[in-house]
Amino acid sequence: MTSFSEIVFYSLTFLSVYVQVFFLITFFENRKKIVVRNGPIELKDYPKVTVIVPSWNEEKTIDKTVQSLLSLNYPKDKLKIFLIDDGSTDKTWEAIQKFSEFSNVKIFHKENGGKHTALNLGLEHIETDFVGCLDADSVADKESLIRIMSYFEKDSSIMAVAPSIVAVNSKNMIQHAQEIEYEMSVYIKKMLGLVGGIHVTPGPLTIFRKKVFDDLGPYRHAHNTEDMEIAYRMQKNHYKIEQCNDAYVYTGTPPTVIKLYKQRLRWIYGFINNTIDYRNILFRKKYGNFSVFTVPSGVLSVFAASYLFGKMIYNLGNFLLSKFIEYKTIGFNFNFNSDFLDPFFINTQSLSFISMLLFVMIIFSIILGKKMIDGKWKFSFNIIYFLVIFSVIGPFWLLKAVYNTLLSRKPAWR
Amino acid sequence: MEQNHHIDWKKYLIVFLFTAGIFLSASYISNYFSNKKVDQLKLIQDKISIDILSSETQFSLLSELSCKNISDSVLSGELGELAKKLEWGQENLGMTDTVLYLKKYYSLLQIKDYLLSKKISARCGKKAAFILYFYTTAENCSECEREGLALSSLRDKYPELRVYSFDYSIDLSAVKSMLKIYKIEDTKLPALVIDEEVMTGFHGVEELESKVKESFKLQEVKPEKETTTIKK
Repeated sequence: MTSFSEIVFYSLTFLSVYVQVFFLITFFENRKKIVVRNGPIELKDYPKVTVIVPSWNEEKTIDKTVQSLLSLNYPKDKLKIFLIDDGSTDKTWEAIQKFSEFSNVKIFHKENGGKHTALNLGLEHIETDFVGCLDADSVADKESLIRIMSYFEKDSSIMAVAPSIVAVNSKNMIQHAQEIEYEMSVYIKKMLGLVGGIHVTPGPLTIFRKKVFDDLGPYRHAHNTEDMEIAYRMQKNHYKIEQCNDAYVYTGTPPTVIKLYKQRLRWIYGFINNTIDYRNILFRKKYGNFSVFTVPSGVLSVFAASYLFGKMIYNLGNFLLSKFIEYKTIGFNFNFNSDFLDPFFINTQSLSFISMLLFVMIIFSIILGKKMIDGKWKFSFNIIYFLVIFSVIGPFWLLKAVYNTLLSRKPAWR
Repeated sequence: MEQNHHIDWKKYLIVFLFTAGIFLSASYISNYFSNKKVDQLKLIQDKISIDILSSETQFSLLSELSCKNISDSVLSGELGELAKKLEWGQENLGMTDTVLYLKKYYSLLQIKDYLLSKKISARCGKKAAFILYFYTTAENCSECEREGLALSSLRDKYPELRVYSFDYSIDLSAVKSMLKIYKIEDTKLPALVIDEEVMTGFHGVEELESKVKESFKLQEVKPEKETTTIKK
C-alpha cells in the first residue's frame, strides 16, 4: 500500500519535474529571441540614467565599482552616478569623496539606516527618467548599461530590466559552487522574464523607469530584501520586468560556508516573508504567471528541500540504527560486500529514473545559463561542487528561514 | 505599461502532459527492469529446482556413487544468493503476487534441500549441519532482524552450515507442516531448530557458535571475501 510519505514524495517530485519542463518548453519556444551580442551596440536615443551606489563599509570594493560605472559605454552627459555612504564605520566615505571631482558624480553621506534608506535618499534627488542601483561589491561590464537600455528602446511597456549577474574571483569550492548557481539563475531569470514572472530585481544594476517609483513609492525595508519586494510590488501593479542576459555585472561571492549561509538565510527569509506579505496575489489569474507559476514554484522548492532533508535525516538515522544493531549483534563486520557488482541490486524504481532525469535537466539548465552569458556551450566540473554543496547545506538555510519566520525573527544583514 | 499577464493555459496543460509522460515512461522502464529481475529470480529458482531434482536422482543412484562425491556436489549452493535477491526484491519491488509466489517456491526448495541433505547424511553417516530458522514479516520483529544478522555471520564463518529460513506468516502448507512438527508459535519468534532442539527468542553468535560446534563438529573457515545475508 502506498504510504502518505510516498504520496508526498511523488507529488513533490512531479511538481519539481513540472517546473523544469515548464522552463525547457519556454526555452524551446523562445530560443530564437535569446541573443548574445558580442560587440558594442548603438541606440537611436540615449536616455538619461542615474545609477545609485549605496554603500556600507565597502572601502575595499567601492573604488572598482565606481570605476566600472565611469568606464561604461554610455554618453557621460547622460549618466549620473550617486554615491551614498550609509553611515559606514570604515573609510568608505573617504573612498567616495575622491570621486566628487567628476561632474556626473554626486556624493551623499547619511546616518546608517539600511540599504533601502540609502536608495530612497538617491531616489529623492534623481532628475532622470531611468534609475538603477549598483551594489558597492559589484562591477558593471562596459557594455552592460547600453544593452539594458536597448530593451527599453525596443519595448516601451518594459518598466525594469535586470542584468545577468556573473560570479567572479572564485577561489574555493564554495565560490565555484556559487558561480554555477549564478549561471543557472541567468537561465531561470531569462525564462521567467519571457513569461513575465520575474520576482526579484537584483541590486546589481537593475534599471527601472523612474515612473515605477513615482507610481508605486520608494523602496521598503521588506525583510532586508528590498530588491525582491519592489519586484513583487511591480508584479502586483502589472509592471513589466525583463532580463537582459548579455548585460553582465560581476560580483564577488561569500567565500565561506558561514557567510554564504547568512546571505542565503536573508534571501530565503525575504522570499518567504515577502510572499506572506503578498499572499493575496497568489494563484490569481490577473497577476499572470508570476502568481500561478513563479511564486508557487519558489514555495514548492522550500517545501521540497525541507521534505527531502527530513527524509534524508530519517534514512540516515535508520541506517545508523541498523549499523548499531549490527554492531551490538555481531560486532564490527569488515567483510567485503560485493552486492553492488551485481546489476540485480541496482535500484530501478521509477523514482530513481525520474531523479536522474531531474539532475540531467538541472545540469542542462546550468549549461544553457552559461550559453546565455557568453554564447558558448560549456560543461564545467564545478557543477559537482554546486550539486553537492547546495544539496547538503541548502536545506539548513531553508529550514532556518522557515524557523525564523515561525518565530518572527529577523536575520542579520551580515 | 501592461505586463504580459496573459496566462497561456494551453502551455500549462502541455507541460502537464509532458511531465505525466515522463512519469509514465519511467514507470514503464521500471516495470521492464522489475520483470527482468523477477525473470532472473525465476531462473535461479529453476536452476535450484533442477539441482535438487538432479541430487535426488543421484541419490537414488547412490549405489553407483560414493558418499564423498555426493556430499561435495549435490547440494545447491545458490539458495543463499536467491535468499538475498528475494529479500531485496521484496523490499524494492514490493510484495507483489509474483514476489510472494517466488517466496513460497523458495521456501519449498529449502524444505526439499533440507530433506535431501537429511537423507544423504543418514545414508552416508555424516551429520548434516543445518539450522532451521523461523521469523515473521507480519509484524515488526526486531529480534528476528538481529537473529538474521547473527546467522549470516555464523554462516560466513562456517560455510558448511546450511541455514533454512522460513517466514512464519507465509501461507504455504509445507511450511505450516514444519511449524507443526517443531511446535513453533508466533509469539515466540524468532525460533531456531538446531540438532532437533527448538530454541526461541534471540540467541547471540557466541551461543549459536558453541551449539553448532558441539552438534556438528564444524571447522571454522577463515573469512571469505564475500558475505551473504539471511532473511530476517
